[in-house]
Amino acid sequence: MAVPLSYYLALSVVLFALGAIGVLIRRNILIILMCIEMMLNAVNIAFIGFANAFQAIDGQMFVFFVMTVAAAEVAVGLALVVAIFRNRATVYVDDLNILKW
Amino acid sequence: MMAYIFFALAGIALISGVLVVFQTHPLRSALWLIVNFFAVAGIYLLAHAEFIAAIQIIVYAGAIMVLFLFVIMLLNLRQPEEEAARPWFGQKLAGITLAALVAFILVYGFSKAEVPLAKAAPPGLGNTESIARLLFTDYLLPFEVTSVLLLVAIVGAVVLAKSKLK
Repeated sequence: MAVPLSYYLALSVVLFALGAIGVLIRRNILIILMCIEMMLNAVNIAFIGFANAFQAIDGQMFVFFVMTVAAAEVAVGLALVVAIFRNRATVYVDDLNILKW
Repeated sequence: MMAYIFFALAGIALISGVLVVFQTHPLRSALWLIVNFFAVAGIYLLAHAEFIAAIQIIVYAGAIMVLFLFVIMLLNLRQPEEEAARPWFGQKLAGITLAALVAFILVYGFSKAEVPLAKAAPPGLGNTESIARLLFTDYLLPFEVTSVLLLVAIVGAVVLAKSKLK
């Protein structure tokens, strides 16, 4: 018995909302980045679910590209975290409340 | 049978996702996120996306999480999260409300989607050969653009993370 598409979409929505909650309520910039990764994963689940339901491989190609962009994003994002920590000695986003110093 | 495995994996993914969001120490969040990635990889396997499941484990649970753990340990954040200088409890309420709103909009949009009946997978869907054939024919331009993106990310990461330019 195959898993219906609606199950994949439900899981995708819940994981996406969970990641969004993490991005909005956490102060630690590392946890915010991890929650963004979780949101990208939720989108990938929706792509895979649709690819499975339509029996088309294009959805899997998009997951492939999303993963590549996620890897690039994490590399640049963590470099930014290290640079901010070196300058301001903080990883909390509410301590970064000026645009220029 | 497949549905039970799906429910088990989805339960693991959701519980570990909740734990990622509500841990005080980022190191614990990172470790629970690895559990989450493995559960999602299992879901990909159920959906006949074997190659994607493999690179989910190699790229996400391997490379990306190692990078996260490396930076967490490099920053040496041993103490638990300190209190905000200006606590504002409305922020958490607003955040959860906004996320619930996003979930509602997504459910509404998905409920409008035309859902086809799931068919049995033809042999070869999701294996490396069929993905590679599509990647180097129809998706050749995105593939090349992706390589440029990765090059830019490498250069950007090195420039940002190195100490002051002379």
